[in-house]
Amino acid sequence: MAEASHGVGGLTYDKSKRSWPNELNIFIALIIIIVIFEILGQVLPYMNGQSFLFDTQDRFNSIFNEARLRIIILQVAIIGIISLGVTQVIISGGIDLSSGPLVGAAAMIVMSFAQTELVNGNPNPKAVFGDWAFDLPVIIPVIVGLCFGAFIGAINGSLIAFTRIPPFIATLGMFLICRGIAQWWTKGQPVSFPTESFAWLGSGMMPVVWFILLAVLCHIALRYTVYGKHTYAIGSNEDAARMSGINVKRHKVLVYMIASMLAAFAAIILSSKNLTAQTGMGQFYELFAIAMAVIGGVSLTGGRGSIIGTVLGAMVFGAIQSGFTYIKLDAFYQLMAMGTIIISAVVLDQWRQQRAASAA
Amino acid sequence: MSDIILETRDLTKHYGGVHALEGADFILKQGEHVAIMGDNGAGKSTFVRQITGVEQRTRGEVIFDGKPVNFAGPLDAREAGIEAVFQTLALADHLDVPDNLFLGREKTKFNWLGPFRFLDYKAMRQDTIDALQKTGVKIPNINNTIERMSGGQRQCVAIARTASFRSKLTIMDEPTAALGVQETAQVENIVRTLKEQGEPLILISHNMRQVFDLVDRIIVFRRGRIVANLNKEETDGQDVVAYITGAKTGAEYEGAA
Ligand SMILES: Nc1ncnc2c1ncn2[C@@H]1O[C@H](COP(=O)(O)OP(=O)(O)OP(=O)(O)O)[C@@H](O)[C@H]1O
Ligand SMILES: [Mg+2]
Repeated sequence: MAEASHGVGGLTYDKSKRSWPNELNIFIALIIIIVIFEILGQVLPYMNGQSFLFDTQDRFNSIFNEARLRIIILQVAIIGIISLGVTQVIISGGIDLSSGPLVGAAAMIVMSFAQTELVNGNPNPKAVFGDWAFDLPVIIPVIVGLCFGAFIGAINGSLIAFTRIPPFIATLGMFLICRGIAQWWTKGQPVSFPTESFAWLGSGMMPVVWFILLAVLCHIALRYTVYGKHTYAIGSNEDAARMSGINVKRHKVLVYMIASMLAAFAAIILSSKNLTAQTGMGQFYELFAIAMAVIGGVSLTGGRGSIIGTVLGAMVFGAIQSGFTYIKLDAFYQLMAMGTIIISAVVLDQWRQQRAASAA
Repeated sequence: MSDIILETRDLTKHYGGVHALEGADFILKQGEHVAIMGDNGAGKSTFVRQITGVEQRTRGEVIFDGKPVNFAGPLDAREAGIEAVFQTLALADHLDVPDNLFLGREKTKFNWLGPFRFLDYKAMRQDTIDALQKTGVKIPNINNTIERMSGGQRQCVAIARTASFRSKLTIMDEPTAALGVQETAQVENIVRTLKEQGEPLILISHNMRQVFDLVDRIIVFRRGRIVANLNKEETDGQDVVAYITGAKTGAEYEGAA
């Protein structure tokens, strides 16, 4: 009886009137956005009736415009990996502004352990270290990158957990430190020419594979493990979490470490995909990653959100971005429009929460 | 000696200049149920917070289960066997009932995974339903988050949490303050069950009828000090009110307040 009704004490509960999952809203928004761009393609005079998503010119063997789909998901995948970590940080009641510069610094460091000795038979012109660092097994740069991420994350987390510096300030400081590290590492020189095995990590559709794989892992961790439950609990009511015996400080350090390791992994994939690392890599990524999470329904006040939402948020983000390119909106307008969309997402989230509160 | 479960000596807490608790000497025997009464701001919750390690005391000693203790936090206290329902409910609003009931002591599978061990949702669900049925509370859907529940329902979740884990000492700070008549009766039943099981209890309450129904002994706080220690048989409501308001002070506490 209780089993069937989910309730105790005999109140009836109508299972068919379950609350509408937020993820569905985002999915609908995604479809609406695609439809809007599709219509714009037909309506705007300079578009000559091109289609946003469909293959109207018969360039591909499927009904979709595969090239555009591929660009959308590729574009989204790398920042998406970062947003998986940012999601966890925000759910725990924090924020991480350092992920973009961390991508830059990690890419520089990782790439210098991934270089190959001979480029077309000539010595590598961009060599950072001596002979010992050439043609190392691919696992070495990957481990170096992840360790660097874990280190930065541990500093972020410890500052926030043990000194009570607000997350915004701590990670803002780390933002500048990481940009500095990226420039200091080679005094601004790009690092290039990785080994073949390293280049494979981010080649073709591999970024998407990593994104999906990591999204599944993060989803499981947040939804089904103690780690996830405590992350939500801390974001929801930190005092309650502490009173319940959760080691809040240690947990926060862990959350920031995971987030920074994901950002470092994104750096590995990005530098592998580009076959080079540059100090300015990852510009705006921290903000785009936060935007994906927020569009995906992760609440900036903590305690609310999901990986599924963030993945959908990433797709919305990618659709909007490539939609703007598709309707040939200039880059500066794109930035302005993107900012507007992020603000709207937060406003919408607040409105949704108020409505949820008054419905209760 | 060993029949004393909790003793405090000269327990004191100052918040800056506020002397919220001053020199509290208190003894609780094994299996005994004691009520703490007193006006708002008398220091009752402060007393509980010092015992359970939520805050660090200014001075004094706490002896629990025969040993002096110095809990660094409520987790330490709970691990030592003290279960507490705090007046400000320690619930996570975005989590549902089973999540809150088991927060910090989840039932898990694959424990070798460390912090990433899996939650045993099914087992926790069933235990939650069993625990809530003891309180008789009406909750239409335990998978709803706490933020969607009434004050009384929240209170019942917090109490069910305390009652469903065996402990050496239970402390309840105004557990029925927000409850309806039926829920109050159910909570009182939980208290009686604890009595039958011989588990000692400290109950903070403003409800005279409830106190006389449930406990063996009444301690009165006034302005941060203990001013009376009364056996239920040797006192009555008017007497207790006299101590609470300051019209009377217990003989052994003369000069204290
Ligand atoms: N964190 C704090 N900082 C400063 N003063 C405090 C703090 N906590 C409590 N106090 C003060 O200590 C005194 C005792 O508070 P306490 O919460 O123990 O009262 P109480 O007896 O539980 O009252 P009530 O019946 O209203 O719950 C009050 O005067 C209160 O203002
Ligand atoms: Mg109180």
